[in-house]
Amino acid sequence: MTHTHQTSFAHRHLLDIASLSANDIDLLLNVAEGYVSKSRAGDKKSSLLHGRTQINLFFENSTRTLTSFELAGKRLGADVINMSVGSSSVKKGETLIDTAMTLNAMHPDVLVIRHSDSGAPHLLAQKVDCAVINAGDGSHEHPTQALLDALTIRNRKGKLAGLTVAICGDIQHSRVARSNIALLNIMGARVRIVGPTTLIPSNAKALGVEVYHSMEEGLKDADIVMMLRLQTERMQGAFVPSIREYFHYFGLDKQKLSVAKPDALIMHPGPMNRGVEIDSEIADDLNISAISEQVEMGVAIRMACLDLLTREARS
Amino acid sequence: MTGKIHALLNARLLDPATETDTIGGLLIQDGLILDWGKHINAENTPEGATSEDCGGHCLSPGLVDAHAYLCEPGKEHRETMATAGLAAAAGGVTTINAFPATDPVIDDPSLVEMITRRALQTCPVNICITGALTKGMEGTEMAELGLMADAGVVAFSDGQKAIGDINMMRRALSYSTMFEKPIIVHAEEPNLAGNGVMAGGRMATIMGLKSIPSCAEAILVERDIRLVAMTGAKWHAAHLSTADALDSIRRAKDQQISVTAGTAPHYHALNDMEVGEYRTFARVSPPLRVEEDRMAVVEGLKDGTIDVISSQHLPQSADSKRLPFAQAKPGVIGLETMLPVSLRLYHNQEMDLLGLLRTMTVAPAKLLGLDCGALKSGKPADLCLFDLGKPWQVVGSELKSKSKNTAFDGHLLQGRVLKTMVRGKTVFELQGS
Repeated sequence: MTHTHQTSFAHRHLLDIASLSANDIDLLLNVAEGYVSKSRAGDKKSSLLHGRTQINLFFENSTRTLTSFELAGKRLGADVINMSVGSSSVKKGETLIDTAMTLNAMHPDVLVIRHSDSGAPHLLAQKVDCAVINAGDGSHEHPTQALLDALTIRNRKGKLAGLTVAICGDIQHSRVARSNIALLNIMGARVRIVGPTTLIPSNAKALGVEVYHSMEEGLKDADIVMMLRLQTERMQGAFVPSIREYFHYFGLDKQKLSVAKPDALIMHPGPMNRGVEIDSEIADDLNISAISEQVEMGVAIRMACLDLLTREARS
Repeated sequence: MTGKIHALLNARLLDPATETDTIGGLLIQDGLILDWGKHINAENTPEGATSEDCGGHCLSPGLVDAHAYLCEPGKEHRETMATAGLAAAAGGVTTINAFPATDPVIDDPSLVEMITRRALQTCPVNICITGALTKGMEGTEMAELGLMADAGVVAFSDGQKAIGDINMMRRALSYSTMFEKPIIVHAEEPNLAGNGVMAGGRMATIMGLKSIPSCAEAILVERDIRLVAMTGAKWHAAHLSTADALDSIRRAKDQQISVTAGTAPHYHALNDMEVGEYRTFARVSPPLRVEEDRMAVVEGLKDGTIDVISSQHLPQSADSKRLPFAQAKPGVIGLETMLPVSLRLYHNQEMDLLGLLRTMTVAPAKLLGLDCGALKSGKPADLCLFDLGKPWQVVGSELKSKSKNTAFDGHLLQGRVLKTMVRGKTVFELQGS
């Protein structure tokens, strides 16, 4: 697929992948590529967002995504404030909209929000005057994760279109899966989801994917194997009987991987449960695992998002 | 390796799988059925073969009992695999599906392997194993269904405990579809059943015992039918006893929902009058129902709504039955009497012989995914020879089971097992026959 070279980003917010076009995604990836080299340089700082305010509003605990957004903002010269749930007024009973109105009155330029309820960023976006970036909402979407995954794949494989991508594990509760499925479908990849029946949404085919309940079938000839994190509380008999049974059938090890393409790339959004969904032997093998690279691409992607979403305001 | 041939001649061959009912013979070699049919008789028996005349009695596939509690490991004072095997053999049963209500509960693949090995050493008949559906059969966390399936279990069940948590049930049904094994349920809504001890009705009211309404069964069956329709799981009701629940099954089958149903001899043969005078040996779970429900069970067997008759063999020590009714443990033994009691349906002209035998041979084998319950050349010679008309009286103390808690003590029955063979070896022969 070829796209016209696009330079402007016609969206005020980044709430989900589903509302982006292939051109939008290409633009984001292209801009991010520039920031990859910038981040590898000794002086990483630019003054692009000098004088701009970025508020990271995290209603859920996060280390990596929060750090990544904070670094992205700081490297572009923005003033970055982190608000986490422990110190926010939500605990005092304030509604999401009240919090939004309060923050809005402080004139931020970008609000980055993570929330345990699907759709919370959309609600916020209706109430504030600045750009809103969804950093993960419930089981809905985590668009910057899908973008950084796409950038990682493009770096390694040179393209997205035509690749066979197997997304494995807890699809049901995963916002990472939903964003990746949307993005990969838009870009012309072939998406499979693999997991136990209890962790696959009942109407999964509506997402435009092939559904498998066996790693052997789902991973066959895959170019990319994306592993998802399984939350501890879901593996003790509720959705899955035990860790050992889950690993036996769905944990990625060398043997299960052997049916994928010889140059298959392994990805994981982190943090990993070693011995639950992925074997250390694979996670630590730099030839096949792109897990560290994903983290690096994360900062670049978030810089690209901040850049593109503030371009109009800055011009 | 070709051993000596043994011929069973002049038998009434009954094979529900092929709808065969004919006089003929059956040849056994190396424990397998070499050939069978009406073409086999004394004249054409291969040279050098030993033979026996079956006197025109019925020769059917060995019975497959889809639901029995063998109490081993952990409750060996009530029964062991060895004693249950003797009782089974005396009842014409050649394959027992052992339920996981042991101590410890069979909810772990290593236990499945251990019991499988031990059964081969001690039990004269075949044993297959049903693994627990939830850890410790506590109804809260799913057991390791996959690893147990790999270890060889044929089904999953929490025995006589119903799963009250509907989300637990939904996930277990969904999860089980990956391993294509049925979930066998005790259909009784646990909150509604509460601590009831007998069926709701006139008798319970007169006797002043806490009762279980019959709708407790229908409610759980209806709930699960909806979940089965959603998940596509294989689901089997272990022992249905009420008209309403059977109506639900009938409707579900009409709608092509993958459910099957079973019952036990006491539900088609007895009603709640049996618990009069507080007879604890007639306390079972689900409880014996009113006569209308018993008649509905017979009707369900006749029209195929009920696929399987299983013994629901549950040994209890005398001490746990010699108690006030509400304190006594539920359960009756049944391996030895399943066939003779069920033959009542034939003698009363409710069912034809092949249809009745189907519920104890090929139907349970199909439910459990077993390649048995039929007369097939090349397959193990697991056989049951019975005298269709022989009258006898059940004497509880003479039954082979280690526990003697039969609900049929003193009953006059018609039809008795003469001989039972497992892999061509005689494991039971009626004395004086």
